[in-house]
Amino acid sequence: MSKREYGEEELLALSGLQHMAFCERQWALIHLEKQWKENLQTMEGRILHERVHDPLLFEKRGDRITARAVPLVSRRLGIYGVADVIEYHRVVESLTDTENETAMETVRDAPDPAPEAVAGFAPGAVRVAGKDGMWRPYPVEYKRGRPKKDNRDRVQLCAQAMCLEEMYHIRINAGYLYYGEIRRREAVELDEHLRKEVEDLALRMHELYERGATPPPLTRQGPCKLCSLRDTCMPRLPKTGRVTDYVRNVLKDIQEERGALP
Amino acid sequence: MRKLLNTLYVTLSDAYLARDGENVVVRSGDEERFRVPIHNLEGIITFGYTGASPALMGLCAERGVALSFLTEHGRFLARVTGGVSGNVLLRRKQYRMADDEDASLAIAGHMVTGKIANARTVLQRGLRDHEGRIRGEVVQKAVNSLAGILREIPGAGSLNRLRGMEGDAAKIYFEAIDELILEQKETFYMRGRSRRPPLDCFNALLSFLYTLLAHDVEAALETVGLDPSVGFLHRDRPGRASLALDVMEELRPYLAERMALSLINRRQVDSKSFYQKENGAVYMDAEARKTVLTAWQKRKAEEITHPFLGEKVPIGLIPYVQSLLLARYLRGDLDGYPPFVWR
Ligand code: SF4
Repeated sequence: MSKREYGEEELLALSGLQHMAFCERQWALIHLEKQWKENLQTMEGRILHERVHDPLLFEKRGDRITARAVPLVSRRLGIYGVADVIEYHRVVESLTDTENETAMETVRDAPDPAPEAVAGFAPGAVRVAGKDGMWRPYPVEYKRGRPKKDNRDRVQLCAQAMCLEEMYHIRINAGYLYYGEIRRREAVELDEHLRKEVEDLALRMHELYERGATPPPLTRQGPCKLCSLRDTCMPRLPKTGRVTDYVRNVLKDIQEERGALP
Repeated sequence: MRKLLNTLYVTLSDAYLARDGENVVVRSGDEERFRVPIHNLEGIITFGYTGASPALMGLCAERGVALSFLTEHGRFLARVTGGVSGNVLLRRKQYRMADDEDASLAIAGHMVTGKIANARTVLQRGLRDHEGRIRGEVVQKAVNSLAGILREIPGAGSLNRLRGMEGDAAKIYFEAIDELILEQKETFYMRGRSRRPPLDCFNALLSFLYTLLAHDVEAALETVGLDPSVGFLHRDRPGRASLALDVMEELRPYLAERMALSLINRRQVDSKSFYQKENGAVYMDAEARKTVLTAWQKRKAEEITHPFLGEKVPIGLIPYVQSLLLARYLRGDLDGYPPFVWR
């Protein structure tokens, strides 16, 4: 892939990737047409975000720093945004490179990398202003609902990690999704498959943005049923038939009924 | 279909609207008179010189709640709009089509078709419902003439011709509508539209209803990202919401005129509801305005099957649905603009 860099003007909202992953038309309605109206659900989502300070979610420990509302950008993907939370876990500094490599394998193999398993071992760590030692960043994304069948939350998380990677020149192997409804966080392994999905979606998003055209509705039932933009999108519209016929019928009805009059 | 939320009509002339967290609070003097969560509201319309805090205006703009300030009599003063809704690409398309005579004619033709068909249905329902109480032949003649005009619309050829046809139809319709006033005929009659100012009670009532409709249509157009001031049938004129007037055309008979007739025929308004200014202008009094607002709110909550979508929608959402359909047409999702035709 040619590693083209996007300019300042070309950057698109990172949050759009989750919409892209759900439905391209949804992305276009929100990001091209600005057809987004805050409804109760999104409002609750926002209030949850505002309450990310919930002390239950974070153990105040010496080996963890929690940064909130962290600005993110990736020139390579052409996206920018803000991460709810980036957690920095203290790295045990005494490991040799080989030990680090081995630890990395362990992380990759682990189906559900618990913070403890990851902390201290994964590859790239960074310095944090005002703190001693090395720290490894993990994006943490807060979602109101529960885990979804599709990949959209993971895609967004992975994109955040990819931004961080580009900003810090490191590799991040995992991130966390916290779901309000089940009050639990889930570790997400950021594998090649997921990264590829992010790249493809970002590319497609830029393509659609360039064209400035809203794609037609999905015909699949599932996503539309769950879609918060259903009323704006009117996905059933194509089934209603042609407007030309509709107007012609109005006129025809009137003429016929007129003919029936004495 | 999207849920119809309430519109808050503030008629207390000394009211002050403020924000308290996620709530809209209406105060009068030191007293809190009313409080409602913003997410229950579709719009706020204030009559008279009501004040509102910047915090409240910000909240409305953020949540897409249309906040309009009208004079006591319903003349439009100002509206608060946020920068959230609106798509520059869609607007550009709208402007391009408005500049194109053929494209405008296609849309305007459908709008006028809707308008005349609906006007005709109002008359026809009157014929059917009040058989024997009205001069049926007068109304029937108008019904037939309107059908004749309707038939010619597809061949109008130019916007000017179309406007002419619309004008002819309006004249025929308003003459005949006088027949459908069954009660209080000495107070209410239609001898031609007078707008600025309304010169008789029927016109005053219509003007007030049009104001309510205009608010809803403009807000709906803005919600879907269209520019209410650039129309297809109505020419651009500074300060005029031409597109809102366009979309209103087809909605007036069903939403406004029919309601005016029913308010009169049910004696919900009467001669005491109006007062005349020295210059002849006729206005509704505060009490009557409340009666009309209540009736309007109730009507908005009723449901009707949308003729094009074939889906049940609250009547109050019709302006929104039509705006959306227009936006869908401009964007290329539909092969034409489907007007709202009451059947
Ligand atoms: S309603 Fe369906 S087609 Fe429309 S945006 Fe939502 S998922 Fe996409």
